[in-house]
Amino acid sequence: MKKLMIMLIAVLVIVLALSLVSAKLTGSTTKAGAKTLTIYNWGDYIDPALIAKFEKQYGYRVVYQTFDSNEAMLTKIQQGGTSFDLVVPSDYMISKMRDEHLLLPINSKKVPNLKNIDSRFLNLSFDPANHYSVPYFWGTVGIVYNPKMLGGSKITSWNDLWNKKYRNQILLVDSAREIVGMGLNSLHYSVNDTNKKHLKQTLQKLKKLTPNIKAIVGDENKLLLPRREAAIGVLWSGDAVEIMDENPELTYVIPKEGSNVWFDNMAIPKGATNKKGAEQFINFMLDPKNAAKNAEYVGYATPNREAIRYLPKKIKNDKRFYPDKKLTDRLEVYDNFSKPVNARFNELFLEFKMNH
Amino acid sequence: MTKKWTNTYLIPYVLWIGLFVVAPLAMVLYYSFFDIQGHFSFENYLRFFTPIYLKMAISSIGYAFFITFFTLLVAYPTAYLLTRMKNRRLWLMLIILPTWINILLKAYAFIGLLGTYGPVDTLLAMSGAGRRQILFTGSSFVFVSVYLFIPFMILPIYNSLEKLNSSFVEAAYDLGASAWATFRRVIFPLTLEGVKSGCQAVFIPALSLFMLTRLIAGNRVITLGTAIEEHFLVTQDWGMGSTIAVFLILAMVVVMALMGKGWLKRW
Amino acid sequence: MVKKRIGSTLFLLCVFVVLYLPIFYLMFYSFNKAGNMTHFTGFTFDWYKEVFSDKRLIAIVVDTVIVALLSSLLSTVLGVFGALAIYLTKGRHYKNMLLSLNNILMVSPDVIIGASFLILFTLLGIKLGFISVLLAHIAFSVPIVVLMVLPKLQEMSPTLIDAARDLGAKRLDVLLKVVIPFITPGIFAGFFMALTYSLDDFAVTFFVTGNGFSTLSVEIYSRARQGISMSVNALSTLIFLITLAIVLVYYFSTRGMGKVKQLSGGEDA
Repeated sequence: MKKLMIMLIAVLVIVLALSLVSAKLTGSTTKAGAKTLTIYNWGDYIDPALIAKFEKQYGYRVVYQTFDSNEAMLTKIQQGGTSFDLVVPSDYMISKMRDEHLLLPINSKKVPNLKNIDSRFLNLSFDPANHYSVPYFWGTVGIVYNPKMLGGSKITSWNDLWNKKYRNQILLVDSAREIVGMGLNSLHYSVNDTNKKHLKQTLQKLKKLTPNIKAIVGDENKLLLPRREAAIGVLWSGDAVEIMDENPELTYVIPKEGSNVWFDNMAIPKGATNKKGAEQFINFMLDPKNAAKNAEYVGYATPNREAIRYLPKKIKNDKRFYPDKKLTDRLEVYDNFSKPVNARFNELFLEFKMNH
Repeated sequence: MTKKWTNTYLIPYVLWIGLFVVAPLAMVLYYSFFDIQGHFSFENYLRFFTPIYLKMAISSIGYAFFITFFTLLVAYPTAYLLTRMKNRRLWLMLIILPTWINILLKAYAFIGLLGTYGPVDTLLAMSGAGRRQILFTGSSFVFVSVYLFIPFMILPIYNSLEKLNSSFVEAAYDLGASAWATFRRVIFPLTLEGVKSGCQAVFIPALSLFMLTRLIAGNRVITLGTAIEEHFLVTQDWGMGSTIAVFLILAMVVVMALMGKGWLKRW
Repeated sequence: MVKKRIGSTLFLLCVFVVLYLPIFYLMFYSFNKAGNMTHFTGFTFDWYKEVFSDKRLIAIVVDTVIVALLSSLLSTVLGVFGALAIYLTKGRHYKNMLLSLNNILMVSPDVIIGASFLILFTLLGIKLGFISVLLAHIAFSVPIVVLMVLPKLQEMSPTLIDAARDLGAKRLDVLLKVVIPFITPGIFAGFFMALTYSLDDFAVTFFVTGNGFSTLSVEIYSRARQGISMSVNALSTLIFLITLAIVLVYYFSTRGMGKVKQLSGGEDA
């Protein structure tokens, strides 16, 4: 009994001491009475120096919270209970949230720097006229591979992956839309094709890829590919940048049959308590110098035409990550599927995974 | 008198059960009757009995069984040897300590350790066994799961072993029982409660393991937990996710009923 | 006999080596100049410097520890009550029902628990943040405490209680002086398991956290999209070493106390 009491008191004392430390830590970074701006973003997806700069310049206290998937973020916003002033969902999620009335329109007058965005990336199908969103970073889905491990052979298309000599060499990303999209593309259908017959054909085609697949993985492909666990990976261009940073042997290609182009976008969710601050923040992030700094830190491609000027030559001239208009015309943005269609895609992918 | 006893302790506990068990349970049951478009139907239950989900259920149960078995196989002797150690409380804490490191990080470390050109692979190659695929196989999945669950099995077994009255063991020896017979007839039955709670603490969560199936097994193993995860977070088909959860809960009740009836006690 | 000794020592050694292998692997690469877990190119302390300059990260660590300690403490209390309640329930059916209900949270996948707690908290009007995370952690730690304490209670011979009561002890006295001391090892085990669950949890916390409050695992998971930086490894190394030090200091200081007590004829530790 005595031992339990000692334990109890010890725990309480430690908790008290730590609360003081915590209060001091969070207190020291902010000025009392400053209005807060709550940002909900992917982890490590912004240069922290920019947040500090913004706080200093505009006098807000920025609270930064993170999520690890669009859907998890959506659940959080739908339920309410906590208010965010700014979120960074991907394209299809923008239209979904708009349709569910979860986004507030952005006042473009308050965001004059919108003019810096390349017109290629404005007025896209998921948000016509950019009423609700401003692109943050963009990229493609493609193939990263290690020519050295493949005896110098070159991969240029989705259909190359079905080559028998790549047995047990491919890591696929664990995402239904991307992999089913790859199957559809390889048959020269659109990534947004929902025709039942075409989907059935796609499943048959994907099943034939099974002997070549080593594993279906998530973010850990960034650990696996540089260490030569496999020679080929199907993934997002943002991941490819990081992989090639770690192991320059690898290269990235956007398959010639076509592929998906994705956008992560800044948007203001319903229930935001500091809309003015959110718009100021969007405008701040669209400033060419800030956008360039952020792009260098994160490593993804910026849609900001003016910012590209400030980027090192090596980055801005890399066609693999800054493809020209001729190439981007071949790429498609995902349509926002209805729930049943989405479910069909996922069931198809599940069946494919069960057989692999 | 006894009745009063029970009542006082029950109040906070039942309150907790009501709020955090029954309420979520009722919600899961409720959602399981709605199809993806939000209409009331039994479709999800029919879907569960299609080959895809049945196959998944069988393989989940199989893997959970293997994981529990191997965890017990390692944990029991470890717990037993720990009770004979000098600073045994310290060693026990050192067993628990690794669980405090984030599971995702440990999984990443295992990817590094078990991967091609990793230390284990190199060791195998040098020992003449030759390079072979270790990562992304069912056995590496079982291995890493056992690794994660071992502390949860050791603790209850250790607890029951520690209170084991050593005079029973000595008496058995005095009566001329062999070491094996002593273990089988005296030690093991007396620590059965610990083994049972250990098995429950492993088997049940093993059924719903999800992250390791991707990280370590590269989706070659797909458990019911993985499917639930996907239905809730990717497909947003909460109905089907809930239906699978209902079956998981049923599986748990069955396991507990089996344990309760003392099917282990036969010997 | 000697052979047997060596065999069992070897076995234990193997268990410990395997348990600590991935942790040493993480620690090793936290000093890697290349900043990844692929190739070790040189020794550096940069990642540690990065940890200490990231105030947000340190605040998150502190908050994580506060939630873990508080929630384990409260769930241990609740769990002991629960174990007593189950132990004292007479009917076999009621007992089994309570136990099944107890275990449901352990079988339920984290996402479901998280999502349903989120709905529950919003229904009750509890603001998401520290309190909601604390409540959720208490909620999912209770079952494991019950599972740790219950076997201890079942080992207790009923005659012990009867004897105490025959001697005229009051209800509370029986509880405090007889029952609790007997089940103390179970209580400690429950507390440590609760701590483990709390520190490890990601999915449930993710759903119920909000308003700027975050825990370490939520932060680590959401950073995975950009690839895990070695500063996370450095942080884990620090946490591991600090915990190890606390365990060692705690153990040897209490052992010292126990010895003194034993010499003076007090109760043993």
